Amino acid sequence: MKTIKVDYLARVEGEGAVRIRFRGDQVRDVAVRIFEPPRFFEAFLRGRSWTEVTDITARICGICPVAYQMSSCAAMEDAVEIDAGPVIAALRRLFYCGEWIESHTLHMFFLHAPDFLGYPDAITMAREHREIVLAALAIKKAGNAIVRAVGGREVHPINPRVGGFHSLPPRSALRELITELERGRQSALEAIEWMGRLNYPDYECDYEFVAVDAGGEYPFIGNRIVSNQGLDIPVRDYERYFEEYQVQHSNALHSRLRQRGTYLCGPLARFNLHFDKLSAAAREAARRVNLEPPCLNPFKSIMVRGVETAFALEEAIRIIESYEGVGDAFVPVHPASSIGHGASEAPRGMLYHRYRIDDGGIIREATIVPPTSQNLASMEHDLTRLAPRMIAMTHPDATHLAEQTVRNYDPCISCATHFLKLTLERE
Amino acid sequence: MPRSRRAKLAVWKFSSCDGCQLSLLDCEDELLALAESVLIANFAEATSAELRGPYDLSLVEGSITTPAEAERIRRIRRQSRVLVTIGACATAGGIQALRNFKHVPEFIAAVYAKPEYISTLGTSTAIADHVPVDFELRGCPINKRQLLEVIGAFISGRKPATPAHSVCVACKRRGTVCVMVAKNIPCLGPITHDGCGAICPAYARGCYGCYGPAETVNAASLAGAWKAAGASKADMRRVLRSFNANAGEFRAAAEGLDEDD
Repeated sequence: MKTIKVDYLARVEGEGAVRIRFRGDQVRDVAVRIFEPPRFFEAFLRGRSWTEVTDITARICGICPVAYQMSSCAAMEDAVEIDAGPVIAALRRLFYCGEWIESHTLHMFFLHAPDFLGYPDAITMAREHREIVLAALAIKKAGNAIVRAVGGREVHPINPRVGGFHSLPPRSALRELITELERGRQSALEAIEWMGRLNYPDYECDYEFVAVDAGGEYPFIGNRIVSNQGLDIPVRDYERYFEEYQVQHSNALHSRLRQRGTYLCGPLARFNLHFDKLSAAAREAARRVNLEPPCLNPFKSIMVRGVETAFALEEAIRIIESYEGVGDAFVPVHPASSIGHGASEAPRGMLYHRYRIDDGGIIREATIVPPTSQNLASMEHDLTRLAPRMIAMTHPDATHLAEQTVRNYDPCISCATHFLKLTLERE
Repeated sequence: MPRSRRAKLAVWKFSSCDGCQLSLLDCEDELLALAESVLIANFAEATSAELRGPYDLSLVEGSITTPAEAERIRRIRRQSRVLVTIGACATAGGIQALRNFKHVPEFIAAVYAKPEYISTLGTSTAIADHVPVDFELRGCPINKRQLLEVIGAFISGRKPATPAHSVCVACKRRGTVCVMVAKNIPCLGPITHDGCGAICPAYARGCYGCYGPAETVNAASLAGAWKAAGASKADMRRVLRSFNANAGEFRAAAEGLDEDD
């Protein structure tokens, strides 16, 4: 058996590996191995208070803490039957835009773009593409500025709470971001055109795309879950339609749709399901690079992230312009024995939370299904279909294609366990 | 080729959320200049290039939770001239150290259907419990300004300027009215190490201890003030038992609050 082996997949968040085994020209098996050690969040949430859920679940992921905070609020507010109202909903959407902008920009330019251009990292890329890296840093900074203004700091924000926020940021603190956001939006639009000139592997897959549905808006937080194959369910029915299962090669659970199997969530799913809800400018930017739904090539997810980034910048400006900063920062919460479900769109895809609390608001059960674990089966499916091409390739090229395939998903392995290493074995 | 005289910097991850190493990438204005002044020899989250040790400065994120991690940190220590731990996971075991107070097989069974596939230790411990550490930068997450200070200090061979006073001092400097005195909001500020710049009270909430214990703490006295503010012992114990649960003074303070009240 011939073996190709890479010991650490870099430029992903967390620790994992890929192993592809061949027998002759046949692919024997493919495994995205997750060896990130488990941290048992769902276990130690038991016995904690409803008041702590935003602070604790944020610590699952330093890259997308806002997503954890927003899904946990949605689930807890479902349990205690409150609606935080339109002012808080808009501020949450703004907060989430900040995270999409910084997380997408980190992934597009620092983790993913070097794959397309053959650099080990963005810092090396900056020697020949300094303008684009500087623009990316500026966009990322603008996203972080939103998260900091609304949440208090970039990583593990302190301001969100169940019911709303501890305090409303003053109008002036948000208004002063507009110039930077507008400049970021222009840079993002130019970056989409730059990405349009990259070379994309010729590959398509007929995924079932799954995303949160937020009525007439492009989804951040929503009450329903939809797919391109007819799924349209309230978030509370999630566990009736989806199931998690454990595989031996991974510390992360996998997910599937009951009786249907593998599905894909994330930017590609949102774009394909909710294209018409993007702003006219974002749709136009997509069309200029021949990106229209259905986009079935996961390598093009980098462009979709670009479109979502430009959209999030525009959306952030829109929200800030109509923000008054007056009213109650939060709706009072009166916990009672109940179960709540919540879902939102983390930069990498749907993030589902479920909590059972008692009369004192103490958490008795917690279930958290992060996007990366939902996408692991699709990653393995893509690798299985691409593996036959790898046989004819040199070892470095094959490794590169495998790594790039995994990075299409912007995998956040710290989340999923609750890094990557490639082994190609050829018989 | 001439030998590079730039200091070799490595960033290592153990059990963590990646947020502290992300703080380095969040230094948008300084990142390219930093990358020119040091040689980034190992930083898996940011680059697929790897240079062999020894390293002049190793930044270590995360806690030790598996036998493999306990082995790996010893190898990294041997290759590192200076080793700095960054963040509450690395300095105190992080939130995953809550397992230290529980029965781990029950935790595994609560999350995984086939517990036999999971390899883990019964505890989550700080890096300093396993190897000598030259400097500990506190916080969940760390403050990126302090991180730049620490990198700059070690590269130029001086001691980092990171004050060890409590969050209360930072609040006074910031001009924030005390939330405990003015609004009766329970706050861990009097016993918590500064570094964040006292963000929470400025947002009308009490400090919840992200940076761990300050140098000299009087938790018993604070427990009285929490009681007066209407918080139960269980409330205070839970706050102490979070991101720095296994840090000495927080651990002792939580143990001093008995179960019933």
